[in-house]
Amino acid sequence: MRRLLLIAIPYVWLAALFLVPFAIVLKISLSDAAIAMPPYMPQFDWTEGIGAFLGELDFENFTFLIEDSLYWKSYLSSLQIATTSMLLTLLVGYPIAYGMARAPEEWRPTLMMLVILPFWTSFLIRVYAWKGILANEGFLNQFLMWTGIVSDPLQILNTTTAVYIGIVYTYLPFMILPIYAALDRMDDSLIEAAEDLGCSRMSAFWLVTVPLSKSGIIAGCFLVFIPAMGEFVIPSLLGGSDTLMIGKVLWEEFFSNRDWPVASAVAVILLMILVVPIVLFQRNQQKEQEADQ
Amino acid sequence: MKRLSAFNVVSLTLGFAFLYIPMLILILFSFNEGKLVTVWAGFSTKWYGELMQNDAMLQAAWVTIKVAVFSSTIATVLGTMAAYVLVRGGRFMGRTLFSGMIYAPLVMPEVITGLSLLLLFIGIGLDRGVLTIVLAHTTFSMCYVSVVVSSRLATFDHSLEEAALDLGCSPAEAFRLVTLPIIAPAVVSGWLLAFTLSLDDLVIASFNTGPAATTLPIKIFSAVRLGVSPEINALSTIMIGIVTVGVISASLISKQALVKQRREEQEAVRSA
Amino acid sequence: MAIPVFEPWNDPQAKPLIQFRNVTKRFGDFTAIDDLTIDIYEREFFALLGPSGCGKTTMMRMLAGFENPTEGKIFLAGQDIAPVPPNKRAVNMMFQSYALFPHLSVWENIAFGLKREGMPRNEINTRVEEMLRLTRLEKFARRKPHQISGGQRQRVALARSLAKAPKLLLLDEPLGALDRKLREETQFELMDIQEKTGTTFVIVTHDQEEAMTVASRVAVMDNGRVMQVATPADIYEAPNSVYVADFIGDVNLIEGPVTAIGDGTYALNWREGAAPLTAKSQNTFSDGQTAHLAIRPEKVTISAEKPEGVANAVQGKVLDIAYLGNLSTYHVELPTGDIIKAQTANTRRISRRAFTWEDTVWLSWTATGGVLLVD
Repeated sequence: MRRLLLIAIPYVWLAALFLVPFAIVLKISLSDAAIAMPPYMPQFDWTEGIGAFLGELDFENFTFLIEDSLYWKSYLSSLQIATTSMLLTLLVGYPIAYGMARAPEEWRPTLMMLVILPFWTSFLIRVYAWKGILANEGFLNQFLMWTGIVSDPLQILNTTTAVYIGIVYTYLPFMILPIYAALDRMDDSLIEAAEDLGCSRMSAFWLVTVPLSKSGIIAGCFLVFIPAMGEFVIPSLLGGSDTLMIGKVLWEEFFSNRDWPVASAVAVILLMILVVPIVLFQRNQQKEQEADQ
Repeated sequence: MKRLSAFNVVSLTLGFAFLYIPMLILILFSFNEGKLVTVWAGFSTKWYGELMQNDAMLQAAWVTIKVAVFSSTIATVLGTMAAYVLVRGGRFMGRTLFSGMIYAPLVMPEVITGLSLLLLFIGIGLDRGVLTIVLAHTTFSMCYVSVVVSSRLATFDHSLEEAALDLGCSPAEAFRLVTLPIIAPAVVSGWLLAFTLSLDDLVIASFNTGPAATTLPIKIFSAVRLGVSPEINALSTIMIGIVTVGVISASLISKQALVKQRREEQEAVRSA
Repeated sequence: MAIPVFEPWNDPQAKPLIQFRNVTKRFGDFTAIDDLTIDIYEREFFALLGPSGCGKTTMMRMLAGFENPTEGKIFLAGQDIAPVPPNKRAVNMMFQSYALFPHLSVWENIAFGLKREGMPRNEINTRVEEMLRLTRLEKFARRKPHQISGGQRQRVALARSLAKAPKLLLLDEPLGALDRKLREETQFELMDIQEKTGTTFVIVTHDQEEAMTVASRVAVMDNGRVMQVATPADIYEAPNSVYVADFIGDVNLIEGPVTAIGDGTYALNWREGAAPLTAKSQNTFSDGQTAHLAIRPEKVTISAEKPEGVANAVQGKVLDIAYLGNLSTYHVELPTGDIIKAQTANTRRISRRAFTWEDTVWLSWTATGGVLLVD
């Protein structure tokens, strides 16, 4: 009885506030926009029965999304931005995680804290910090002109480049931490064994270290890719008008155009794109957890 | 211990420089005399003074803290329950769905979570305000709490709970007297995480807020959208300062406890 | 003055404290315990011995209440314990990991079970002091578990599980985490405490020496079945199966068809052309039935000349010598290619050892030196 209650309370909470809302989003994505409050049709009405209600639902919004090139271009560009920045984050994060795992034992807690500290610091503030750096008259351009690399300021802020920098910067701890965790668990003598068996340093790294940190790499990549796909704050603060990202489109559709059904349809498609990586991510986490036990 | 190779030193130095220089610049320009956050015009603390005069900002900060305290506390209770169910619950119907609902919100884009919760609240006729933000924040931060607590529970020696039962505890007593005191540090860090996530959240709060409940991130966002302002730098510096003091002291405390425990263990072995 | 022998298992009047009746335990497809019936008597020190995965820990966890039998019944003092949850059983357990509560002091750990019982404060004090004295932990009462050594932790775990004066104490590999010397000392301490408190102990171990040292009776288990339940001496001297003979200690096993030659004596035709071996046996065999002669190496005598008047003597060549300090084991190869081990006590210094590699020697043993076992 107690056990049932223990399971039921968090279960019901999540079902009501996580699962049910998705069902509602799906339903509204099949409705039509209307000038009303809430601004969509049909409203569910018990008196007319479910049949009549379902009859009024249609795929009009989805057809609209396909016909209007803005939307599918945004999806594609989000995919491209998320993938590229995931790879960039991996490229930047792996050497840091690797260096941390190789560092002397007594440094590691400090290094770990230095990675976690930005993670606890406001996301919004960390994105905002780059606004001042990347601006035309900002710190980076001042530095580049001072060193003489460029003579005229580079336009970085309000471009897709700035979005890449922003994503890599803000999501870096999410990449470093799981990789570091995996590398930290690794037994140092494995590398020595590989070298003893004739591997060079480099091949020992590729044949032993990388495969053993695989689960960390996978977790890190998902932790960057999935949220980056729907990122809103970074493109709207650092990106330009030509930076298309679906999170921004959804936001504008909802807040500026007040077209809830289209916004819902945008969310439904985004979710469908993300279902596969989310399920893969969850499998990876579960495998990890079972390995720990 | 082997020495760090040059490659490791360079990657660590560059990596941490990348992580910290932007924040240092941000802090530096909060003490700038001038209105621009790019040109240094002398030292001044006037932006902190102006921030203290900004009633709307202070009001938003108050709302944010209220929301964070409530949501992180509820999330800690629910998240700890969920973690216990995940690690110790055994098999039950819908276990896969349950663990899916725990892990999915961790990576779910905020725009989707925010929009779907909003549509739910409208659907059931709940007025948007502090309550809806608390509900929304509780939902996603309980998942973080549950991940933190369940990783602690997974390494927890199960025979400690069995020993408690064996010595006459009911399952509830065993949890209260043995499990909870031992996992307490993880529960506390879960609470802190939930608290920070709530303080930090812009997107979900924007969807679920009403006119009476503007949180600090919403306020900051609408200010910085237009451009940079030294007043926001001052606010950011205060927030970074609080987090830094918190994180550093937490890690010092836990390091000291660890060192003390190691020393005592060594003494115990020597004296035996 | 005759000291009454403690062997309730031979007394038909004695009522067992624990009865396993046809108990089977399955985890999914895996059968951990297979139709097991066993009786354990009050004040016994009973050892469950077997390799890991043989089901001994499952048996113990069923007694403690952490698992329930899939089939069959377990009785404690005549009462079916299946419906009794672990916290309501008059059974306490000492865990392999000790499971000391890290946030509580030694004193609080020992008092934990008493407090749950609702015992008055002054009685708790008395009882805890008594337990601390029994386990010689008075000086460490205020320490936390991480502030004491492994041996002391083991004693805290024992004191904690004994504090409630259980009818039955279960010990799961209680000495596994201790080093050899400490383990041997602690074995005697355990026996001492068991005697003083008069509690029934059931110990799970994979260490045969430990089981032989501490237990009044040993149950040898394999694959969820009990192979033999007997006193340590009987397990060693009169194993009832090849498995038990082979599992406990070192043994020579010689296989062949037997013929009765009267008076409970059999001739074992172990090799074509070789003289048959003679052995006395309690078990009866039909002529031509295959049997195994199990003979311990220390029962085999090694000599240079052919000994006179012994039941069995074979000649061979020394192949290997394992020198263990107090003992030496000779591996002797017979002309048939079989290898027989013989053990002698090294009463002389090594330089004057009688035999060396490649020496031709005679091995001999009496008709009662070995046991004949069915296949």
